Amino acid sequence: MSESQPKSLPNALPTSLRLFLSEVSVLFRRWRTWAMLVALAAVPVLIGLAVRFSPKGPPTGRGPAFLDQVTHNGLFVGVIGLIVCMPLFLPLTVGVVAGDTIAGEASLGTLRYLLVAPAGRIRLLVIKYLATVVFCVAAALAVVLGGVLAGLALFPVGRATLLSGDTIGPGEAFGRLLLMGGFATVSLLGLAAIGLFASTMTTVPVGAMAATIVLAVVSQVLDALDQLDWLHPWLLSDHWLDLADLLRQPISWGSFGENALLQAAYVAFFGALAYGRFTTKDILA
Amino acid sequence: MTEELAVRTTGLTKRFGHQTAVDRLDLAVPRGAVFGFLGPNGSGKTTTIRMLLGLVSPTEGNAEVLGEGMPDRLASVLPRVGALVEGPAFYPFLSGEANLRRLDTADPKASASSQPGRVARALERVGLSHAAHKKVHAYSLGMKQRLGLAGALLAPRELLVLDEPTNGLDPQGTREVRSLIRSLADDGTTVFVSSHLLAEVEQICTHAAVLRAGRLVAQGPLDELRGAARHRIEVRTPDTGVAADVLRKLGLELEASAPGTLTAEADGAPPAEDIVAALVRAGARVRGFSAAAPSLEERFVELTGEGFDVAE
Repeated sequence: MSESQPKSLPNALPTSLRLFLSEVSVLFRRWRTWAMLVALAAVPVLIGLAVRFSPKGPPTGRGPAFLDQVTHNGLFVGVIGLIVCMPLFLPLTVGVVAGDTIAGEASLGTLRYLLVAPAGRIRLLVIKYLATVVFCVAAALAVVLGGVLAGLALFPVGRATLLSGDTIGPGEAFGRLLLMGGFATVSLLGLAAIGLFASTMTTVPVGAMAATIVLAVVSQVLDALDQLDWLHPWLLSDHWLDLADLLRQPISWGSFGENALLQAAYVAFFGALAYGRFTTKDILA
Repeated sequence: MTEELAVRTTGLTKRFGHQTAVDRLDLAVPRGAVFGFLGPNGSGKTTTIRMLLGLVSPTEGNAEVLGEGMPDRLASVLPRVGALVEGPAFYPFLSGEANLRRLDTADPKASASSQPGRVARALERVGLSHAAHKKVHAYSLGMKQRLGLAGALLAPRELLVLDEPTNGLDPQGTREVRSLIRSLADDGTTVFVSSHLLAEVEQICTHAAVLRAGRLVAQGPLDELRGAARHRIEVRTPDTGVAADVLRKLGLELEASAPGTLTAEADGAPPAEDIVAALVRAGARVRGFSAAAPSLEERFVELTGEGFDVAE
């Protein structure tokens, strides 16, 4: 009930952490951010509704993998949601947020005021990236939660059959679903760094967003060409659909580790480019 | 050399490609001054301000702000500097108060516990307390301008850099900003105001510098700047011949004159009363006399040669 408690708490926080919280709060006070999260959550809901009310029932062996599993265990709606969103919808939303980081502030004109405050260029860049990571988590969670809620509402929640043929209970299935959400989040980290770099190159946020999203699509197109298989291990999106490895029994962690390493390399490379660009750039906007 | 300067630049130059925006600028802004930074649009005022604030790095030369080099000592200089650069800019989806809190949070030297008080005081100082919780997209241009000033006043500042601070304000708002600047100056804050509104500079500034196409053409205390301009003297007398001799002896340059009227110009004219006395002593019947101290505007046009036209 005391007024002073919540006020004295942030004082104890390091100033960078306070700026990070401010950044996250600005991100989530935008109508656009919530619209994207709701749209992401709607994907598994629509899939669930389509399966539930389709007269023929789900086909086996056609459509997205595991579609036939949905009727046995509603939590699979979330799995399908992640697999459907991974190639386009998730990169799209992350591209929008990451592309907006610096360029959006520049186009509003707030960038010059943040730097004069002085927020510090390196500090601002790191905080912008971390806030984008928060959005990646929120985006993956939106799909997972949309899937879980649709699944619980539309289907029974029984034992789920995994790729290996083993069955697991609803509790473990939920755990696996969260793990897959984590995998999706990690998969988006490299793209977020690319978006951050693109955002330091322009004062037109839409340009940075488009560049980031185009890169995500190009990466997947290249990944689909067998002639370029030597290139595949280096592609940003190479492991994006390895999500399903988390449904094996026992869990196959190999692709998770490789993906994390690949994404870390992208973060380091594009993070360095963004640093080089942003710390030497003349702020004219 | 020992005089304390709030801003000092030596040979400050910025080139964008082949275009030289600021050319070997040597500015000296004394502490405690209200310094008017004048120049037509496109003369390099904003680029200079951006260099002083570390947003743009100079191609050549040095800038010292509050005794420390910029942009190297940015982290220690900028918390002591409040700025309004090229118009206010805010997140339109946040309230005025939330915008100020974000700016305050970005300053690592500002403590969190005193933030609400600081924000409230800044809003009050610019007369925006009533609109604190309104989203900025609902603000008028004048309110945004005031909010921008509030942002510059969040912490006690040693130097305020204000780029066109009265833009978009109605006459009442302009008067308020002027008195705000005066009261800040009375507290010892150095104020660096860029403006193309000469009347404004003339009213509030103690010092001024005039920029033309990236170059400094004049700098100094306002009185000195004004005094350096040519004075204009007009004498109405039937004895034009006698009067013309007197004026010439006093070092004034005669201009073509109408019958019964003499006009003359001089760089540093003697006091008006001395001229009149000399005329009367010589026996000229003086029927009318005027000595026009030039306005800063005339001086400005003289210096920049182009008034308010955009420099190429």
